[in-house]
Amino acid sequence: MSKVVFEKTKGLTNKEFSYCPGCTHGIIHRLVAEVLEELDILDRTIGISPVGCSVTNYEFFNCDMQQAAHGRAPAVATGIKRVRPDNIVFSYQGDGDLASIGTAEIVHAAHRSENITVIFINNGIYGMTGGQMAPTTLVGQKTTTSPYGRDEKHCGKPIKISELLSAVPGATFIERVSVHNPAHVRKAKKAIKKAFEVQIAGKGFSLVEFISTCPVNWGMKPQDALNWAEENMIAYYPLGNFRTPEEDDK
Amino acid sequence: MAKVMMKGNEAMALAAIKGGCKAFFGYPITPQSELPEYLAKHMHKHGGVFLQAESEIAAINMVYGASGAGARVMTSSSSPGIALKQEGITYMAGAQLPAVIINVMRGGPGLGGIQPSQADYKQVTRGGGNGDYYVIAFAPEDLQETVNIIKEAFDVADQYRNPVMIAVDGLIGQMMEPVDLDIEVPKRELAEKTWATIGTYGKRPPVNINSLFLDPQGLENHSWNLAKKYNTIKEKEQRYEMVNMKDAELVIVAYGTMSRIVRSALEELNKEGIKVGLLRPITIWPFPEKAFKEIPESVKGILTCELSTGQMIDDVKIANNGKLPVGFFGRTGGMVPEPEEIIKAVKDMLGGLK
Repeated sequence: MSKVVFEKTKGLTNKEFSYCPGCTHGIIHRLVAEVLEELDILDRTIGISPVGCSVTNYEFFNCDMQQAAHGRAPAVATGIKRVRPDNIVFSYQGDGDLASIGTAEIVHAAHRSENITVIFINNGIYGMTGGQMAPTTLVGQKTTTSPYGRDEKHCGKPIKISELLSAVPGATFIERVSVHNPAHVRKAKKAIKKAFEVQIAGKGFSLVEFISTCPVNWGMKPQDALNWAEENMIAYYPLGNFRTPEEDDK
Repeated sequence: MAKVMMKGNEAMALAAIKGGCKAFFGYPITPQSELPEYLAKHMHKHGGVFLQAESEIAAINMVYGASGAGARVMTSSSSPGIALKQEGITYMAGAQLPAVIINVMRGGPGLGGIQPSQADYKQVTRGGGNGDYYVIAFAPEDLQETVNIIKEAFDVADQYRNPVMIAVDGLIGQMMEPVDLDIEVPKRELAEKTWATIGTYGKRPPVNINSLFLDPQGLENHSWNLAKKYNTIKEKEQRYEMVNMKDAELVIVAYGTMSRIVRSALEELNKEGIKVGLLRPITIWPFPEKAFKEIPESVKGILTCELSTGQMIDDVKIANNGKLPVGFFGRTGGMVPEPEEIIKAVKDMLGGLK
């Protein structure tokens, strides 16, 4: 008699992912979907798809979805949450979307402490448009628009979104996690769960930043990309919790 | 309710509440700021949401989200702010989301000025953003007509699942006029918003609000479906008023505040025995092409009068289709003409035609 030891979460549809081999979007999608199922909120959740590699993730998440203009997901989420406060609302955004074109929207969603959850994917590059420099690209990192490596004198140092948003009084829960190995995948899932619990409790703005990889545009094999993320990305973007609801601090 | 004296912007805000508006997202800009101010004060009393966004771009994307979640939603702004909202408006047209957008027009281009203008005509009637789409655009001439149209506009937007814009110039926003907010407006038969993202609650498969079609055949099909809808709107929603057409020698085409100044000019011209009619578009998209078929044989020319350097005149020429000479009179930058200037333009044109 065979026993089921692992089942695909109901939070995902049966649509095959469109992501490149070794990309961590798939892992993060699954974690978010599992949390929605485990917290029993899937049927009242409304997600927002960004512009970027995960632009079609409305096909993958098994809940109501809205596709937003580039960077505007936090504003779209605000519109939904304000008229449907009993629904669970999350946005899923990459670093071009959130950390570049959508900085105003994310800062002000945090500032208003919108009771939404943001899943932020930081892989230091524009994946969908072919590997251009992102605000999060590391100094010295080569991309198609920083072909000699990012020069901080020319375009500054990479932006640290979790630290930046932690300085916004309205931000309730901010944590940076990684999915480069199974132990961190488990930690990441806990952070996602916490973020959604903050929303369920009506405590305000929550965001989980994921250190992610882009093997294709980084020009690396998947395992090398994971190693590179651990050695270089995490060195610059420290993992950990930056903001948590005050009552939990006591 | 009897007529009350109200400032245009405040009456428009109240009309939105009366039209069933349940959410407003906006950003301050002159000359429309009294509109969000009024809603900030009163929206919650009617079970609605008011939120001041961080920018016009954020505001229209909040409108997108709220509309996608099934709410009756509105934003308001003025010309440069409307330019910023175009991104969200084209997404809404693509995703077929209803909303009411009030544009209290001021002078441009750029930061322009804060005085009344109709220089947004092309921005309003040509879609304004990227792609094959239109917004349904009303251009009322006084406050009573404006509030009636705003109340009706939410139904129009819902019926066609398309943004509706109310384009008024700054005069209508700023002026106080007697207005009755309780005049009945036509109700439309509206389908349930089964497309809205309100959570599945285990009752139906997930739905998606989206304007992305990566497959070109899919996008072509979608675009032709939209075109079909726009053709229906062109057929059914053209709205206009014909004034003084009997035995007219000349027809003036004018809308909004300009048409009211034209009315004063017509009275004077009539006293002098010069017969001039007014063709007043109430919708500027769809443009009332049908009205041009009603222009009597006595008419020798068309004079387009605008608070711009000449934008609607292109639509007038298309609708006229080369039949009659088309002249133009305009003031712009916030300058509003006296009736005498229009009378002179009429006489000049008639002189040239004789």
